[in-house]
Amino acid sequence: MADHDTLPIPGTTLFDGDAAAKGYALNALCYSFNDAANRQAFLDDEDAYCARFDLTPVQRKAVADRDVLGMIAAGGNIYYLAKLAGIFGLNVQDVGALQTGKTVAEFKQMLLDQGKDQAHG
Amino acid sequence: MAEVVGAYFTSHVPAIGGAIHRGDQQTPYWKPFFDGFLRVHEWLAEIKPDVAVVFNNDHGLNFFLDCLPTFAVGAAAEYHNADEGWGLPLYKSFAGHPALSWHIIEQLVGDEFDPATCQKMKVDHALSIPFELAWPDVDAWPVKIVPVAINTVQHPLPSAKRCLALGRSIHRALASWQGDERIVVIGTGGLSHQLDGARAGFMNPEYDRFCLDNLASDPDALTHHSIHDIVRLSGTQGVEVLNWIAARGALGPTAREVHRNYHIPISNTAAATLLLDPV
Repeated sequence: MADHDTLPIPGTTLFDGDAAAKGYALNALCYSFNDAANRQAFLDDEDAYCARFDLTPVQRKAVADRDVLGMIAAGGNIYYLAKLAGIFGLNVQDVGALQTGKTVAEFKQMLLDQGKDQAHG
Repeated sequence: MAEVVGAYFTSHVPAIGGAIHRGDQQTPYWKPFFDGFLRVHEWLAEIKPDVAVVFNNDHGLNFFLDCLPTFAVGAAAEYHNADEGWGLPLYKSFAGHPALSWHIIEQLVGDEFDPATCQKMKVDHALSIPFELAWPDVDAWPVKIVPVAINTVQHPLPSAKRCLALGRSIHRALASWQGDERIVVIGTGGLSHQLDGARAGFMNPEYDRFCLDNLASDPDALTHHSIHDIVRLSGTQGVEVLNWIAARGALGPTAREVHRNYHIPISNTAAATLLLDPV
């Protein structure tokens, strides 16, 4: 591994073994939302549903607060967290806005601005 | 003898599936992306593949963190999509090609790769959307598939160098396959994008252009970056370029670019489509 491979990447958390171990229960909760009945059970009684998954208090609070950066810090992986976000009808622009402190309109404009004069092919 | 007739690469952003479902292909937001597929349709009609080897990554449909293989080769007679949790339409099933799957697995293990082998494997939007884009409006897919899943979720990820070598091993398998199939290789995902963290929304046209410019002529150039480099340059989900690199290896030693389309943004992603012919 090159030395620079240990340098942090700003605004970025690598989902590595430490994160995967720490986040296992939270990601298991989110993975369960592939099943429509589980999504409904979560909506019907969030506390009771989350109690099945042995979340840490920090993870449970991050879910309750819909705090995406908090969930990532607690070991959440975005591919699984997206399934939780989907329950609330949130797409990846909504989730991007939540994480960057922008409005959804501002976040979408930031994406559009990156495309100026970049098309080729 | 079987023949590798080309390679097709495309982004697989879930929102593309929503756009297809709604019929939004010609709206201003989507048109620059979908128009890039007119040439793909022509090209597929020319090369007439009947098998596809598809390099893709699971997003938490088939694999969870309880057992997450670095490389997994499907060896099923059929593959099904399922509910991914956020309201995508359910996609058509695929016919597999188990005999070719096992031939590929034999070659890979013979070449000292150690893939997981999956006689059951659900396939998600990473596989279905590239097919929806390539063959719109068909009732059944015109090709059988061998899916190869690469872990792009949980680090450590396999290096770009390792993925290219994996693809090259699969090319050797295809070159020695005694059937008469016409085989297309497909790489899905990318290009640069990052969904998570304070850097969400990051894209990098410069790095994407480097990848697109080198994939045909010098794919080894893409292997000089470590995974950490690729995350820095391409975003946490931009690492899906590993699927492209592996597919490039499977195409064979030399290749020629036929078509490319690059457009920012599709959802949070720098979207790209590329066709390569073997030379």
